[in-house]
Amino acid sequence: MLKYFLARLLTFLPTFVGVTLISFSFIRLLPGDPIIVMAGERGMSEERYNALMQEFGFDQPILVQYWDYLLGVVQGDLGQSFVTKRPVWDEFFALFPATLELSICAMIFAVMLGLPAGVIAAVNRGKLPDRLFMSIALVGYSMPIFWWALLLIIVFSGNLGMTPVSGRIDLLYYFDSTTGFMLIDSLLSGQEGAFRSAVRHLILPVIVLGTIPLAVIARQTRSAMLEVLSEDYIRTARAKGLTPARVNGIHALRNALIPVITVIGLMVGTLLAGAILTETIFSWPGIGKWMVDSIFRRDYPVVQGGLMLIAVMVMIVNLTVDVLYGFINPKIRKR
Amino acid sequence: MPLLEIRNLTVEFATASGPFRAVDGADIVVESGDILAIVGESGSGKSVMMMAMMGLLPWTATVTSDVMRFDGQDLADLSTRERRRLMGKDIAMIFQEPMSSLNPCFNVGYQIKEALRQHLGLDRKERHNRAIELLEQVGIPSPEKRLNVFPHQLSGGMNQRVMIAMAIACSPRLLIADEPTTALDVTIQAQVLDLLTGLQRDTGMAMILITHDMGVVAETAERVSVQYAGQKVEEQPVTDLFATPHHPYTFALLAALPERATEKHLPTIKGVVPGQFDRPSGCLFSPRCTFADETCKSTPPAVQPASLGYARCHYPISAKTEETA
Amino acid sequence: MDHASTDEIKSQAPARPGRLSEFWYYFRENRGAVIGLWIFAAFVIVAAGANLLAPYDPTEQFREFTLVPPFWADGGNFAFPLGTDPLGRDMLSRLLHGARYSFFVGIVVVSVAAFGGILIGLLAGFAPKWVDTIIMRIMDIILAFPSLLLALVLVAILGPSLTNAMIAIAIVLQPHYVRLTRASVMSERGKDYVTSARVVGAGLPRLMFITVLPNCLAPIIVQAALSFSTAILDAAALGFLGMGAQPPTPEWGTMLADAREFILRAWWVVTFPGLAILVTVLAINLMGDGLRDALDPKLKRS
Repeated sequence: MLKYFLARLLTFLPTFVGVTLISFSFIRLLPGDPIIVMAGERGMSEERYNALMQEFGFDQPILVQYWDYLLGVVQGDLGQSFVTKRPVWDEFFALFPATLELSICAMIFAVMLGLPAGVIAAVNRGKLPDRLFMSIALVGYSMPIFWWALLLIIVFSGNLGMTPVSGRIDLLYYFDSTTGFMLIDSLLSGQEGAFRSAVRHLILPVIVLGTIPLAVIARQTRSAMLEVLSEDYIRTARAKGLTPARVNGIHALRNALIPVITVIGLMVGTLLAGAILTETIFSWPGIGKWMVDSIFRRDYPVVQGGLMLIAVMVMIVNLTVDVLYGFINPKIRKR
Repeated sequence: MPLLEIRNLTVEFATASGPFRAVDGADIVVESGDILAIVGESGSGKSVMMMAMMGLLPWTATVTSDVMRFDGQDLADLSTRERRRLMGKDIAMIFQEPMSSLNPCFNVGYQIKEALRQHLGLDRKERHNRAIELLEQVGIPSPEKRLNVFPHQLSGGMNQRVMIAMAIACSPRLLIADEPTTALDVTIQAQVLDLLTGLQRDTGMAMILITHDMGVVAETAERVSVQYAGQKVEEQPVTDLFATPHHPYTFALLAALPERATEKHLPTIKGVVPGQFDRPSGCLFSPRCTFADETCKSTPPAVQPASLGYARCHYPISAKTEETA
Repeated sequence: MDHASTDEIKSQAPARPGRLSEFWYYFRENRGAVIGLWIFAAFVIVAAGANLLAPYDPTEQFREFTLVPPFWADGGNFAFPLGTDPLGRDMLSRLLHGARYSFFVGIVVVSVAAFGGILIGLLAGFAPKWVDTIIMRIMDIILAFPSLLLALVLVAILGPSLTNAMIAIAIVLQPHYVRLTRASVMSERGKDYVTSARVVGAGLPRLMFITVLPNCLAPIIVQAALSFSTAILDAAALGFLGMGAQPPTPEWGTMLADAREFILRAWWVVTFPGLAILVTVLAINLMGDGLRDALDPKLKRS
């Protein structure tokens, strides 16, 4: 097990270096003088130009620049935002909980609906529930989620007036962020209606962000279950006189979960890509919106730093999934 | 009253190219404490018959029978819930592939205790003790430790012992062993068979042993039913069957045993069991039978009386094998 | 026994269908896939004949007819069957022309990504281990970035336009082809027919492109179908974010972005472009599922 973990860790390192290299070269790939480009229409004085030149170390040889950059990354120094003048690292971690909260809720939504749908479809293979669920799943899988978000807004916010369209909570409520998770903070604040408001703000973004994972999980669960249901040990379980719920829900699902969990883990990238669109549409103050805004504002240190942090996060999650895979699959665990 | 009585069992599968009859009018009668062997080539429908009784067939299968009774209860009348209460408790089954018949994601102890919880309602401690007792009973050394072991960490023979322990966990009155030794090494085969017969002797349960191996039959069974293409073609006590087979198919099977071979080459039965598309209109064995004539090819034979081993044949053999062979 | 088997071969030989008709037989069995194929065919026809089918020029503004609803709604008329947008442009004409852009994006992205990916994948599969390791590490690095984010950043570097969006999406999709091709090459390379070709003296290029590649194509074709839909979706998403096709191009995603502020006043300007994307992508995915079932022998009949 330890060996397996170390082997995985060893492939992590070169990928990490590669990711830093890509985000490092980002600013330098911009056509034209990077500092002029970064300044954009803002323009700048001679002194400011030279100061920036030094700050970014563009006057140094490229290898030295990269080395300095790498050192900074390891120490958590990713430079400062042009716009807010705050360190990129701080901004990222101030906004990250919002994205994390949204993503976790979306994933819970997707798993809670997708897993049962996949199991029910597989158990009733070829019958009505299977066809129905799988048709819905394919539609969800093909959904342009930015359009889906707009539709939901038209119906739930426009026609029914049930859900707010933007932000994480009504402006009515104000409390200090303790955990960064609005659901928890609103509860801790003790203000009446705060939690309800937070939930209502969360519903539509969660549905939008969860749609594609939901479809993928349902499809994947179904195919994994179908494979497992034809195994000999399922016949054994049924011959033991176990209830169908136990045979399908424990014996079959436990085995089918191995590939499904892998897929769920690998979907983190998809989720973050989806967060870019979802957060933009719902003005959700998370890292997805932050990245898009920074791209439009030409706030390149932020884009550079955010790009790297997000990639590193995806890599860490994938690594975790690999390790988790070892835990849920006894054939690897005991080796 | 027999423990298990099945009359005129027919199983049909709906396939893309029309219905396929896997079992065709089979009868099985087992008394308590009996060991019945069902013998036949692959594809003769012997496993399907047992799976039909257990209700383990997929929905594409249609099962019909005149009588299907276990201990006086009509199995066809039972609700699925009542049937589940029987399966794994009074009727247990072990399968051919021990390596794939145990769930790889749960340890051995969990899978044994699960049956105990389902049917006997023992508490945690009692289940644990019973599981250890069972592993001891099937001859697994240091059972306490083995409870936490996963199936892929055990050998095929060990896994089959676990399967047996699981099957006898609730002291069934009928154990169905579907080719229990086929996937095992020859040396292990004998051990597992000894274990099964020993357990049968100790507990007094009835046993149906499905096999294609006449050697296994000779060692273990009391009565033998020979199955061919979904039909029972002959049934006799084991010694009588080996002495005087009445059906040409039984005769040919016995002649193919290495111990009985008189020539340099082992005699074989030409051809294969008829499938969905080449089912003969007369006797199903007629295309491969050395004694077949025009009647055999056109008219299905009737079942002969008990003195001729219920042979399904127009011209049953009645001489002793030694004399004819 | 021998006789029987030769007879069987003889009797089967004329009956055995060609690979294409066998494929078609399996494909046709999947009703959804056939429906998907029909819709896709309609999509291609619309894309090709948008000029002839569209009643107006997609950028022509009828200033006195802004935000006219579709003909069946109150205030709608048949001059603009699906209504007009905030600038008075005919929705139907814009949607029909939008098909052209989406189709174009799909074709170009898939061709570029598949061509590059297959080539690199073949190289990785046949090259010495260290080259293979380097290539696959680079692919891992690209895959570590969420695809849309990387595409977004690439477009930010290259400058927002449909062409740059296509380049970015192609770069992002290409590692999937590399991985797929390499995996198939790895499993094919050890097989006897490759060894025999090698023994007979086939050169490396011949071995790569003529012996091995055709046997790796099935999963690649499926991937091509699926990434066709991904390309359309991603291009629309970039357009929606303002980083793809630029107004007044009637690209579906860009149309949606323009329509955002009117969502509560004029549902049709939002609904139709999205519906067009959904239907197209759905059709392609249906087809892709059918292709996979028909081409992948492992999943066949399962």
